[in-house]
Amino acid sequence: MIDHANAPGPDGAAKERIGVYVCHCGSNIAGTVDVAEVREWAEQRLAPDGVVVARDYKFMCSSLGQELIEKDIKEQGLTRVVVAACSPHLHEQTFRTACQRANLNPYLCELASIREQVSWVHSDKDAATAKSKAVLCGAVQRVAHNEPLEPLRVPIHPATLVVGGGIAGIQAALELADAGHPVYLVERQPSIGGHMAQFDKTFPTLDCSACILTPRMVSVGTHPHITLLTWSEVEKVDGYVGNFTATIRKKARFINTDLCTGCGICQEKCPKRVIDKEYEAGLGYRKAVYTPFPQAVPKYPVIDEPNCTYFIKGKCKACEKFCPTDAIDFNQEDELVTIEVGNIVLATGYDLFDARRVSQYGHGRLANVFTSLEFERMTNASGPTNGKIVLRDGRTTPTSVGIIHCVGSRDRNYNNYCSSICCMQSLKFAHLVKERAGATVYNFYIDMRTTQKDYDEFYQKVLEEGTLFIRGKVAEVTDAARQPGEEGKLIIQAEDTLAGKQRRIPVDMVILSAALEPRHDAKAVGKTFGISCSVNGFFIEKHPKLDPVATMTEGVFIAGCASGPKDIPATVSQGAAAAARVLGRISQGEIELEPVRATIEEAKCSGCRICNDLCPFNAITFIEERMVTEINPALCQGCGTCVAACPAGAISGSGFSNEQILSQIDGLLMLNVEHAAAPAGV
Amino acid sequence: MTDQHEGFDPVIIGFTCNWCSYRAADLAGMARIKYPPNVRLIRLMCSGRLDPTFALQALAGGADGVLITGCHPGECHYLEQNYKAMRRFQLLRRTLQQMGVEPERVRLVWASAAEGQQLADAIAEMVEEVRVLGPLSWRGQGNGGKLLRPEAEEAAEVGA
Repeated sequence: MIDHANAPGPDGAAKERIGVYVCHCGSNIAGTVDVAEVREWAEQRLAPDGVVVARDYKFMCSSLGQELIEKDIKEQGLTRVVVAACSPHLHEQTFRTACQRANLNPYLCELASIREQVSWVHSDKDAATAKSKAVLCGAVQRVAHNEPLEPLRVPIHPATLVVGGGIAGIQAALELADAGHPVYLVERQPSIGGHMAQFDKTFPTLDCSACILTPRMVSVGTHPHITLLTWSEVEKVDGYVGNFTATIRKKARFINTDLCTGCGICQEKCPKRVIDKEYEAGLGYRKAVYTPFPQAVPKYPVIDEPNCTYFIKGKCKACEKFCPTDAIDFNQEDELVTIEVGNIVLATGYDLFDARRVSQYGHGRLANVFTSLEFERMTNASGPTNGKIVLRDGRTTPTSVGIIHCVGSRDRNYNNYCSSICCMQSLKFAHLVKERAGATVYNFYIDMRTTQKDYDEFYQKVLEEGTLFIRGKVAEVTDAARQPGEEGKLIIQAEDTLAGKQRRIPVDMVILSAALEPRHDAKAVGKTFGISCSVNGFFIEKHPKLDPVATMTEGVFIAGCASGPKDIPATVSQGAAAAARVLGRISQGEIELEPVRATIEEAKCSGCRICNDLCPFNAITFIEERMVTEINPALCQGCGTCVAACPAGAISGSGFSNEQILSQIDGLLMLNVEHAAAPAGV
Repeated sequence: MTDQHEGFDPVIIGFTCNWCSYRAADLAGMARIKYPPNVRLIRLMCSGRLDPTFALQALAGGADGVLITGCHPGECHYLEQNYKAMRRFQLLRRTLQQMGVEPERVRLVWASAAEGQQLADAIAEMVEEVRVLGPLSWRGQGNGGKLLRPEAEEAAEVGA
């Protein structure tokens, strides 16, 4: 007989009084498992382990089933409850709540999954019944070691940190600030606005991006509850839900923002022209002192240190000379700001796939192959060509244009996922080319995905306008002419899967609808905030359907393209959704955390520090003075890695203690019921 | 089944993590995917919680094999703790080999919450492999099923 905590005491009675409830789940369990036999077996063979009541019932989760448990707790004085039913992910909460109603600590209830793990996956009734006994036995052994736990309560700081000033971050920040709560909006670039600020028209309504975005940007800039930190990055995050401390690096702007009026004279006078790779996607120029675009928020420029003549050669200072308010400050240094917030919204957006990686499409090699972002800038009325669609020479209007969908997405060489916006974006391009250049347009697509409101209507409209659609993947874009009429053109070689033949189509201009990719530093950013990325590199949501803006780290939310490609309406919805989740937290004032946590018994800690490097949530700190390690319960997420690693056994994990698991192992192997009639290898 | 071990039906203790592999097992159930009844699962919050002692305890207590499962590398819900499980798994296999136990009796399988079929396949495969290996029968030798704990307790007694 193996020893266990619930062994009979001197008076012959086990310490804990355990109730066992076996569910039929209609015929879901009872069809494969002899439920009555399991109950009877538990009643007899598990009595020495403290089982005082064993019942079976058609539907344990029904209100009558739950009442059965509550009644037994009260009348039979049960101290532990085991329900052999479905997966704990389905009904653990149900039965815990039932126990709580009967004044039994909810964590003294265990579920044995005999539906998902037995009746639904096995067909032999004898084997299934035998396994049910083992699974139940494991739960009974384990529950004797369960300890009453109380959820952890932590207060919520009312301020929120929003990272990323694209439309998702703007939306989240405005929702929160309009509700009267302080918001810190941190943006890496000199201005907020994100990718949306680069676009000209937005699908499917074709309203002007700037017209709908810039009023929002202005609201952010002037909002009394929003502290805007542009040209800044979050360096470090300490703390936990409700009580984060974030360290933010405000990069030197070399502009005294208290004095600057945003008049723009410095930009006019600066003699240094730089190719604008960010905002103009390499199509235009900016100065070494610049605001990315005229409507930038905030209005203050930054000096681009690596390109500024003064920083390179030690002389120039033209901007300083002409600045009417003496706002230029070449001695400015980076500044570290520390803020306290209760919640964090990450809206860090996406990077555009580098189309040069698909070398056969010729971007970077063939002059008139453009990426989608370059084309966006070209069509923008305030862009480098003032909205005129022209070839790279800046003059010639194309007479034929090829638009290639899915460049870098839905392609196993690059990204398997669909970038979600490319179909609509490519249709928009087709419409704009038709409208402004009157050219013949060919769209090369794999599948047409126009699933949102008014999207398919837009597709129909573009079809009616006479855009030609070729279904098939483009093999190559080349300037090597083979046939008459191809000279001086770009030839798109593609398979037309509907016509069942290869086609060569000569065009003047090619636009590549490049994929939306995770930010190049998404992984590092995730690490800073304690959240993880999926295989394709986007941040993982807590649940893809039911909890799309929360993450596994309490208090850290995600919105927009940071969690995967999205169009503007979906991005805005997520920004608002993340804000709603944060507002819920703030109005509650405090939050209850699952009490599955690691704790250290200081007297046992040898100070070996083996556990110190194991925690990805920075919950473990070493106290130099006492030479022991401490765990911050609010930071601890309860994974238990440190518990398993502690060589002194000083760390224990509530809810998943060594005793609980070791007893469950013994129980599953039925070591407590020696010589039990044992089919199926028991 | 080999002639050598006729009538032998192995018992395998499986460890799952709360977020991926336990949910894969749930999914296998919901999809009614069949696998052999020889495996009995324990839910941990994370594969990183797996103290190698658990595996040894299971083998010492009569299990013929131990299945360790978790989220795929890079998908751990606690960021990177499954990598720690991976390291411990390698050490565990080496230790078992030194103790004269076939390291194949311990297996590491990654299963995402969407991989019910893959988990069921891995279980079926392992059951057959352990069936060929035959019974471990560690139990009964030494102090029957208590091979490890008294020592662990003793070790814990040694001053901090």
